[in-house]
Amino acid sequence: MFTEADMGAIWLTLKLASVVTVLLLFIGTPIAWWLARTRSWLKGPVGAVVALPLVLPPTVLGFYLLIAMGPHGFIGQLTQALGMGVLPFTFWGLVVASVFYSLPFVVQPIQNAMAALGERPLEVAATLRAGPWDRFFTVVLPLAKPGFLTATILGFAHTVGEFGVILMIGGNIPGQTRVVSVQIYDHVEAMEYAQAHTLAAVMVIFSFAVLLGLYGFQRKNPWWGVR
Amino acid sequence: MITTATNPKQGLHARFQWQYPGSGASTFSLQVDLALPGNGITAIFGQSGSGKTTLLRCVAGLERATRGYLTVNGETWQSDRVFLPTHQRSLGYVFQESSLFPHLTAQGNLNYAVKRAGTPGSQSLYDQVITLMGIGPLLPRYPSQLSGGERQRVAIARALLVQPRLLLMDEPLASLDMARKQEILPYLEKLRTTFDIPILYVSHSVDEVTRLADHVVLLEQGRTVAQGHVSEVFSRLDLPLPAGDDAGVVWQGEVIERNQQWHLSRIRCAGGELWVRDAGDAVGQRIRVRILARDVSLTLACHDDSSILNRLPVRVMEIVTDRDAAMALVRLQAGSDHVIARLTYRSVEHLKLAAGQRLWAQIKSVAIVR
Repeated sequence: MFTEADMGAIWLTLKLASVVTVLLLFIGTPIAWWLARTRSWLKGPVGAVVALPLVLPPTVLGFYLLIAMGPHGFIGQLTQALGMGVLPFTFWGLVVASVFYSLPFVVQPIQNAMAALGERPLEVAATLRAGPWDRFFTVVLPLAKPGFLTATILGFAHTVGEFGVILMIGGNIPGQTRVVSVQIYDHVEAMEYAQAHTLAAVMVIFSFAVLLGLYGFQRKNPWWGVR
Repeated sequence: MITTATNPKQGLHARFQWQYPGSGASTFSLQVDLALPGNGITAIFGQSGSGKTTLLRCVAGLERATRGYLTVNGETWQSDRVFLPTHQRSLGYVFQESSLFPHLTAQGNLNYAVKRAGTPGSQSLYDQVITLMGIGPLLPRYPSQLSGGERQRVAIARALLVQPRLLLMDEPLASLDMARKQEILPYLEKLRTTFDIPILYVSHSVDEVTRLADHVVLLEQGRTVAQGHVSEVFSRLDLPLPAGDDAGVVWQGEVIERNQQWHLSRIRCAGGELWVRDAGDAVGQRIRVRILARDVSLTLACHDDSSILNRLPVRVMEIVTDRDAAMALVRLQAGSDHVIARLTYRSVEHLKLAAGQRLWAQIKSVAIVR
């Protein structure tokens, strides 16, 4: 049913989405925690920057990331100094771009779950002798678990569904940067509608299943409140 | 009564200045200077908005007083140079509403405290606390499967298991209905007699305070208006204490006789001897009774032909107007204690009451509060 190129694209997409999701959970959690707790005036600007990918055309984001990761951009200079070369048109270039692109989908559910906790559970834990790290791991993380679950699912699914940014940063290199969405584009360009159909259907079924699972979970645990 | 606290090694010394954060809307500030005994229950009493909870939060370190000084049994928790964060203070805190962690069972909530207690807890302490609070059968349940009263009992047990040197309770009964309150009060009484830790108990309920507290700190608009033994504070008329039907005094007494035939007990108090209903207390037992001002009437002569059981010789000390312009509160010396009578001004006029006058107080009912 799938050609070898199709399978390669599916495999690459899953790999990209997994790596990006794991990275995003590590990067997004402290950002979400800070946004949920801070009273600093920086909260607004930082929150807006995190949310930018929600409204920007992927081409705009991709364009700036391409420049930043290029030989003269600040990311490019950093990667070159570290001996990693430049990232555009590589798998890791896609990873960096996807982290930016999917950031709001991970930060916002976690941030909302953390903000919904309020001060009280933390105060209670403090009166029970729990220090700041202890409180974070034994109270905040378990109570914000639904937010983390939502964040993981949305982060993964959104990365799978990425197209514009990938095309800008990664181009179309088989096994390196050619993910499913790009592969479908290729099929259509080449008038291979049957193959495009198969892959597209897989994407629809995947996305539907993910969202169905997510909403089903939210409905079953209303008191967990993924607000 | 606060003499025990003059030794800085003992008791709780607190001096706080706290300003409501933000400006404009509220001008509330807390300014207190307290020396409290290192044992028993001290009630922080006052109306809503008088700063009771803020004071308790300052003691816990949950609120940071702009200027503060706090020592607890000789240990400095806050001074100009020191501010111990909450998790380093040896305290237990019971919040007003249920504060159990929803993701842990009752047992899990208790273990959370046990694991973090300063010293490893013994199994016997654990068993003792669980028996005391009567929560054994509740342990496997999640907080959402417990009633409000049960949750509060688990929360109190959790606060005890952290082995605090000071227990802070912020209106632990306020979120419960009358029946639930009655369910928990006996546990709180047992708590005082079983554990020798000082307790700061925030409340706006006269009932709870007269029943539980040994000492009272009366707060009004963030300032201390009075502090002292509960019977001393509640017999004063110059304080913003509850007036009307709630006005009354608290007496401590000792059971000296039990009358089997009439099911009555005779108790000896500083203010005189009283007959009360036999509540099962043995001779020699110390109990506390509350005499409401509305249950006290005055007669010029001692009437033997009355249905009233308790009659005490008294002397008028002062007469003040109650909230209601028709009513007067008369403070009376009885023995070496005081009692308050609530009369109409018409009766005051009729009896020609004046300070120093001697007459008889008839006490219609005496409530045993413990």
